[in-house]
Amino acid sequence: MLFQQILNGLTIGAVYALVALGYTLAYGILGLINFSHGEIYMMGAFIAFTCISIFNWNIWLSLILAVVICGLIGIVVEIVAFRSIRHGARSSQLISAIGVSIVLQNIAMLTWSSRTQPFPQIITTKIIKINDIVISNLQIYILATAVILMVTLYLLLYKSRIGIAIRATSQDPDTTSLMGINVNKIISITFAVGSVLGAAAGILMGLYYNSIVFNMGYTVGLKAFVAAILGGIGNIPGTMLGGILLGFVESISAGFISSQYKDALAFLIMIIVLLVKPTGIFGTKEVEKV
Amino acid sequence: MLKVEGLTVKYGNITAVNNISFEVPQGKIIALVGNNGAGKTTTLKTISCLLKSANGKIIFDGNDIIGQQPHKVARQGLVHIPEGRHIFPRLTVKENLTISSFSRTIKFKHFKKEMEEVFEIFPKLKERQKQLAGTLSGGEQQMLAIARGILQKPKLLTLDEPSMGLAPIIVEDVFESITRINKQGTTILLVEQNAQMALSAADFGYVMEVGEIVLNGSGASLLNDPNVKKIYLGEVD
Repeated sequence: MLFQQILNGLTIGAVYALVALGYTLAYGILGLINFSHGEIYMMGAFIAFTCISIFNWNIWLSLILAVVICGLIGIVVEIVAFRSIRHGARSSQLISAIGVSIVLQNIAMLTWSSRTQPFPQIITTKIIKINDIVISNLQIYILATAVILMVTLYLLLYKSRIGIAIRATSQDPDTTSLMGINVNKIISITFAVGSVLGAAAGILMGLYYNSIVFNMGYTVGLKAFVAAILGGIGNIPGTMLGGILLGFVESISAGFISSQYKDALAFLIMIIVLLVKPTGIFGTKEVEKV
Repeated sequence: MLKVEGLTVKYGNITAVNNISFEVPQGKIIALVGNNGAGKTTTLKTISCLLKSANGKIIFDGNDIIGQQPHKVARQGLVHIPEGRHIFPRLTVKENLTISSFSRTIKFKHFKKEMEEVFEIFPKLKERQKQLAGTLSGGEQQMLAIARGILQKPKLLTLDEPSMGLAPIIVEDVFESITRINKQGTTILLVEQNAQMALSAADFGYVMEVGEIVLNGSGASLLNDPNVKKIYLGEVD
């Protein structure tokens, strides 16, 4: 029972972690809590659904198209909603993000209706049973995809020149521009990367739960935000662990207490973390040398 | 190399720099000295296009660069080492240097070779290349900022208060490397509160006071100017 819940938690936690990374990337580079990020997750699932179920396109092409389009949506959102108020008040950025969220949700509702849609089952589910533990092949695919994406993100950020530019921009954008780097371009790339991860998470979740709905990004977006806060927003490895941890908490509370309390518990944990260690479990306080 | 004509910069209603003109000829070290708040940093930031000017011209290498984006100016070879060093504290020393390659057009392989050459000039940085730059001492951070600037292959290097917050003996090191870079053919525009050091190193100097240039002359003549002595060098007769 416990191991089963841990496995379930790991699966869902990996998806939370992917979405949470989008929050952390946006926060790291702009100091912005991008509350519209959950909608990118929803868009990823719906675009994949449209390409596969409605247009009957090739599955791989559809999946790639879905994440690429979401990457572009991320770029457009940053340019339209955040660029002009980049140096403005935090509160106006926050309101702008919520506005984008409402707009995207409504676009989705008008395009795909407010009904719950079945997500195409592109993978035939197989169940593997070891003693009492049930593992579906889907869970393994989800975990593997999430791990591959997170490793790729890590390599991009820490082993590539673009990654250096992204990290430099998050520390000191003015000086980064003095290094010959087009900071706007780097911010666009960062939003695209975050959105690609979010869209991939949306597709994985669609596969896992079989169904998608226009407001599915809302709760997951909030949960992923909790995960990011939990691990330390702005901190990449912390965010990954925060997502996994949240997944554990949810599935264990669903298994041992009641599945109706799992959301409440997630937010309760966020409140406790904010009270006890506002920088998150893995976050550190910045000490700048003058 | 650089010609500033009638430059005025405002922060809202406040005029920080008022109609100044000066010139930085090829191969020289030019110093801009003056007290805190004289508008020196504002001038440099406007030259590197981090700030917008209200009026005037900045001619670099024959082109007016006013209104350009800072990264484009940097790629043209106008390299600005800002006040307070502004190294990237959470990047390693090596990553701090690698970032200079963005303003270059050469192959990364060749850039790496140049990085090795820079490591020879600054052996301390080589030793610490895997360390986070924020863990370096102030002097080492200034050296890193200068090394990063050199790797951008500047035609004109502008330095803002390179001596700030450093021990006198380290300040001498810093100025030594500035004159060495200049001897290797890089033109330098130096902004300093430490007028003594700056004017000794400079071929020509300008003195700024509340947004205006009030004096100019060769480095040596300014050092001997009784007003400069009194106000900036703290000598009392």
